[in-house]
Amino acid sequence: MGHNEVLLSVNGVKATYNHAITALHGVTFTVARGEIVALLGANGAGKTTTLKAVSNLLPAERGLVTEGNILFQGLDVATAKPADLVRSGLVQVLEGRHCFRSLTVEENLVTGGLGRSGGRAEIAAALEKVYAHFPRLKEKRHALSGLTSGGEQQMTAIGRALMSRPRLLVLDEPSMGLAPIVVQDIFRTLRRLNREEGLSILVAEQNSTVALKYADRATILENGAAVLSGDAAELRNRDDVKAFYLGQSPRPAAPNTPILPAIAV
Amino acid sequence: MSDFDWLFFIEVLVGGLLSGVMYSLVAIGFVLIYKTSGVLNFAQGAMLLFAALTFVSLTERGVPFALAFAITFAIMVVIGIAIERTVLRPLTNKPPITLFMATLGLSYVIEGAAQLIWGTQVHGLDLGIEDLPFDVGGVFISQFDIFAAVVAAGMVAALSAFFRYTRIGLGFRAVADDQFAALAIGLRLPWIWATVWAAAGLVALVAGLLWGARVGVQFSLSLIVLKALPVLVLGGFDSILGAIVGGLLIGATEKLAEVYIGEYFGGGIEGWFAYVVALAFLLVRPSGLFGQKLVERV
Ligand SMILES: Nc1ncnc2c1ncn2[C@@H]1O[C@H](COP(=O)(O)OP(=O)(O)OP(=O)(O)O)[C@@H](O)[C@H]1O
Ligand SMILES: [Mg+2]
Repeated sequence: MGHNEVLLSVNGVKATYNHAITALHGVTFTVARGEIVALLGANGAGKTTTLKAVSNLLPAERGLVTEGNILFQGLDVATAKPADLVRSGLVQVLEGRHCFRSLTVEENLVTGGLGRSGGRAEIAAALEKVYAHFPRLKEKRHALSGLTSGGEQQMTAIGRALMSRPRLLVLDEPSMGLAPIVVQDIFRTLRRLNREEGLSILVAEQNSTVALKYADRATILENGAAVLSGDAAELRNRDDVKAFYLGQSPRPAAPNTPILPAIAV
Repeated sequence: MSDFDWLFFIEVLVGGLLSGVMYSLVAIGFVLIYKTSGVLNFAQGAMLLFAALTFVSLTERGVPFALAFAITFAIMVVIGIAIERTVLRPLTNKPPITLFMATLGLSYVIEGAAQLIWGTQVHGLDLGIEDLPFDVGGVFISQFDIFAAVVAAGMVAALSAFFRYTRIGLGFRAVADDQFAALAIGLRLPWIWATVWAAAGLVALVAGLLWGARVGVQFSLSLIVLKALPVLVLGGFDSILGAIVGGLLIGATEKLAEVYIGEYFGGGIEGWFAYVVALAFLLVRPSGLFGQKLVERV
């Protein structure tokens, strides 16, 4: 596919928390228009930190990008408020879903469209689109979100983000804690949004099998640095990817590894 | 117990419930701000005093009621937004105790400013409602209490409708639930905070007028906050419904205790009995009747 126009570029980003803990040591990758890009890595590799930097949410967590920059459609995200980024088409589905628990599913969705300040008709139309992608949500529309299942909450969080009509949807571990069948369902919907509506997607995952199945390209993070990038199809076939970078099978014992073996997840 | 005077009991109870509504009104001012920013705004009492004092000073200078109300409301909105911008926002991410201390300090600044601008004398405030007893089937109820309760109930209904049916109200509930998610999906938090402070200013103004008409507009008015605290402990710091129920409970128990067991303590227990109830309650249910977050966050 002819992905050439760069939508998002992350250039040599370093980031710290509390001016002390360095979480990112240099992360570089791009997302082109129309692409699905996966960001892979084990626990603590820096996926969430990278995505928060992309949405300029780090300051709210006492974090800071200390070097490098991130451009979204040419705009330096560090100079924009998160609300402005959402308005310009970049929205994030946070790790752990973060639904508004005491609001109904439909109210949750509506909050996602508030920033666009469109009329009631526009919000109603956007709602119907979300329900078309996630029919389950329509059935549950009047349920309090905090009382719905994990899968439904993930769909609510994605639907809520879609309400802002993004160009780039950023997702942080959408598979977390969900049954494989639900994960498949969510990723299929994401791919449909990508194919049919040209939505570009950046998704962080520990579940590399699923992510590599649906992504066009992937970047692998290890200890806060991007260590490998390539086509998803190619990475899928490389055994060393899982073994070395994603902590999904033990590393072969090297002479200088500590006595404790790496723990298989 | 055959000679128990039920009519009198009901009279005391109703009187207590009605004054409880006024406690609820003060408590709601706290709840609004606590829900959206996690700050226990101790300056709410000083805001109430400032509003009442500004209003009487304007009317004493011949400004008509409606205009004085509008001007005072505008001033309260400006003060609220200024507090949020200059004091609380720079302190975001600081521990709750720091924020609480900031609002405590702020309440003295506001009181000082009020004194500087409007002087220290006590003002009478006449809302045009006579405090005559009103006979309902043999039970005498203060006419002013009824008026105050109706106004307070109207306020509560209006605020509830605002938060339930408007967009900014939906934004408020979202922020109250999960501030980080609200930020991530593009809600403009400064706007929502400004609205909440404006609402808290309006609550302070209405409560200030009702309490001012009742006890006179004077500096002790800011101590009304001390009446609101037991209400908040009882109802939960983050629940508007809790503030209403808590206010009613405190108002009723306080009056009943004063009348029926006050003599064993030499009277005057109305002042502290609410705290006894609140403390006892705190041991049983620290998050209040309707609260979600732990009270220890304060
Ligand atoms: N709020 C924070 N304050 C301080 N350090 C943090 C904070 N959030 C993350 N870190 C640290 O930054 C590093 C990267 O964490 P991050 O959450 O980005 O990893 P991740 O790849 O998303 O991991 P996971 O798969 O567990 O979600 C970790 O060492 C973590 O301990
Ligand atoms: Mg993470």
